[in-house]
Amino acid sequence: MSFFKKLKEKISGKPDETTEKYKDGLEKTRTSFTSKVNDLVARYRKVDEDFFEELEELLLQADVGFETVMELMDDLRFEVQRRNVKDTEGIQTAISEKLVDIYRKGEDGEGSLNMQEEGPTVILFVGVNGVGKTTTIGKLAHRFISEGKSVMLAAGDTFRAGAIDQLQVWGDRVGAEVIRHAENSDPAAVMYDAVRAAKNRKVDVLICDTAGRLQNKVNLMNELEKVHRVIGRELPDAPHETLLALDATTGQNALIQAETFKEATNVTGIVLTKLDGTAKGGIVLAIRNKLGIPVKFVGLGEGMEDLQPFDAERYVYGLFAEGLEQEAEILGQEKGED
Amino acid sequence: MAFEGLGERLQQTLQKIKGKGKVTEADVKEMMREVRFALIEADVNLKVVKEFVKKVSERAVGSDVMQSLTPGQQVVKIVRDELAELMGGETEAITFAKKPPTVIMMVGLQGAGKTTTTGKLANLIRKKYNRKPLLAAADVYRPAAIQQLETIGKQLGMPVFQLGTEADPVDIAKQAVAKAKEDHNDVVFIDTAGRLQIDEDLMQELRNIHDAVKPDEVYLVVDAMTGQVAANVAETFDQQVGVTGVVLTKLDGDTRGGAALSIRSVTGKPIKFAGMGEKLDALEPFHPERMASRILGMGDVMSLIEKAQTNVDEEKAKELEQKFRDQSFTFDDFLEQLEQVKKMGPLDEILKMLPGAGKIKGIDNVKVDEKQMDRVEAVIKSMTIAEKSKPEIINSSRKKRIARGSGTSIQEVNRLLKQFDEMRKMMKQMSNMQQGKGKRKMKMPGLDSLFK
Repeated sequence: MSFFKKLKEKISGKPDETTEKYKDGLEKTRTSFTSKVNDLVARYRKVDEDFFEELEELLLQADVGFETVMELMDDLRFEVQRRNVKDTEGIQTAISEKLVDIYRKGEDGEGSLNMQEEGPTVILFVGVNGVGKTTTIGKLAHRFISEGKSVMLAAGDTFRAGAIDQLQVWGDRVGAEVIRHAENSDPAAVMYDAVRAAKNRKVDVLICDTAGRLQNKVNLMNELEKVHRVIGRELPDAPHETLLALDATTGQNALIQAETFKEATNVTGIVLTKLDGTAKGGIVLAIRNKLGIPVKFVGLGEGMEDLQPFDAERYVYGLFAEGLEQEAEILGQEKGED
Repeated sequence: MAFEGLGERLQQTLQKIKGKGKVTEADVKEMMREVRFALIEADVNLKVVKEFVKKVSERAVGSDVMQSLTPGQQVVKIVRDELAELMGGETEAITFAKKPPTVIMMVGLQGAGKTTTTGKLANLIRKKYNRKPLLAAADVYRPAAIQQLETIGKQLGMPVFQLGTEADPVDIAKQAVAKAKEDHNDVVFIDTAGRLQIDEDLMQELRNIHDAVKPDEVYLVVDAMTGQVAANVAETFDQQVGVTGVVLTKLDGDTRGGAALSIRSVTGKPIKFAGMGEKLDALEPFHPERMASRILGMGDVMSLIEKAQTNVDEEKAKELEQKFRDQSFTFDDFLEQLEQVKKMGPLDEILKMLPGAGKIKGIDNVKVDEKQMDRVEAVIKSMTIAEKSKPEIINSSRKKRIARGSGTSIQEVNRLLKQFDEMRKMMKQMSNMQQGKGKRKMKMPGLDSLFK
């Protein structure tokens, strides 16, 4: 069975509007990326070194990173040889297959969160400055509340001017209580209070904000470790999820970010923010490939609804939708031979 | 992860070539592959990389790289020089309006650090140019953006102009300028909302603000960690609102910061400042030279080498080497060495220039005790000429005198004498080992242990 059909089958079981949302959100990404792949396919009739070189550049421009691109190219070359692909028509599926493959590598269950049946599920957000942690928390809270869960927010960014107010605005907007201390107070103390409050008031989900910090600031990373520890001390096994917010416009530094934050706080997943721009967010491929951290959510726009669970198939589908549809027609014509 | 610098990578490439004698054109090509890799890993935009490599490659083939005994270093030097040149001279001149107030507009993507940078820049302008800035909060979209600017204004003791979140940013900008005239603030900062460069409506809004207040400077604030998209972001903002300068933020992180090169070569606009920390005084002028080395992942090793070269006298070094050999090395020579090291600058700065040093945890906290160096100097300077050349004669009464003279203790004098003795012993061993092996670079064994 062709990859496209498998993909289509998987997606058909899912609500269409989400797929549409993905397609919309990735519109910019897709048009630029896919049209390039199409251009590429149109320009080259044969799969030769020139073709690979140009494909390589396409991926590098998506911030996938040199090493992962090289691996991918090696795999593709092998695949092309194995399947004896000579023209470029068949190559597009091979490309998307490879991409999904990398996303799938590592643990399964991307997109799904480790939710607790009993007691509050604690989700800790970490990341560098300006990636959109607070905004993402607002969107995620909205998501939980619309699922009928009760949500509490912990204003752990006591450092940046206006950060507590920013979270408060989101709390008011979505209807979640915000546990806050004064600016410049100890973030670990905020977490301590928040976890206790969440237990006492029996909320379903506690989402904790933290101040953005560059991963090479040792003291700040130690502080984050402490925050993580304090949460675990107040509620065993918590935080149940530690999500690293990652800006899709970030280049290769994202890999170091993922690695360092994982060391400090045992990151369980990534939220890829600002994917609504021209940025491709290709670095998540490298992160998945090297560190095995799954992407759990993607921020596709500025609206409250614009946070979607990450889904490798949909993501790739969004990237390659046009190309795949074209190929589907070809496949449809050749159905008898399948 | 492969994050070693270009220098090491080129070295590896050259290992393969070694033994072939001269470097051929094909070898240069091979080296250019490494240059390309280094730049892409540093997030320089691919198109920019291509142009750049082409240029460097032409220069490398035409130059004496191929005759050089150290072609790797030659290539690194060319690459670095070209990079620094491309990124422009050091400039932080701000265009002030002939008739105040000077209007400075801050633009950029979400989360680049516009509001913080606004505060930092206002602080710098007040300090350095003795101006009185007014901060205008024109980000009406992001929750609490106005509060953020107000908090910063409070911290700096600067007025903040705002009309709440319901007002039109164009009105805010216009009224802020009027207010500045009224209150005799001679610089107005307009902190605009973060926006995507492809958001037509919001880009139109920026143009409207621009038309309304005719800013003297439009600063594009860019996160130093930005990847390939940096070129497109900078280009679009420049086309739409006419950027006059760039501020690179979060450069205190460990990103290579190739975005700097992309932005510069796509827009031609100068990078004026670099954000180096979260505090409001952490804004520095941009240094193209340092950035070039950083992009190549070389630390600041080139300026370190240059520093060493200009400060170390070749003749003296040879002389010293001879002294090692016949063991006539005295405290006078030692003092001379100390002074040469000191000329290179503060030791902890030098430490930070070393490649890979940024990766060492806690490097920021390392403080090399310069005082210790001064104490060693004082001890030596308190010796008589005879004592300096023949330390063996230093007995306990001499020690007592030296300690008193240098304001140190006998223990410290003893420690130095012991270390000096060990150094001499090691030199003896070394020069024995090296005999017949030809000339080697002189090294000071044990020097490092002195300052711990």
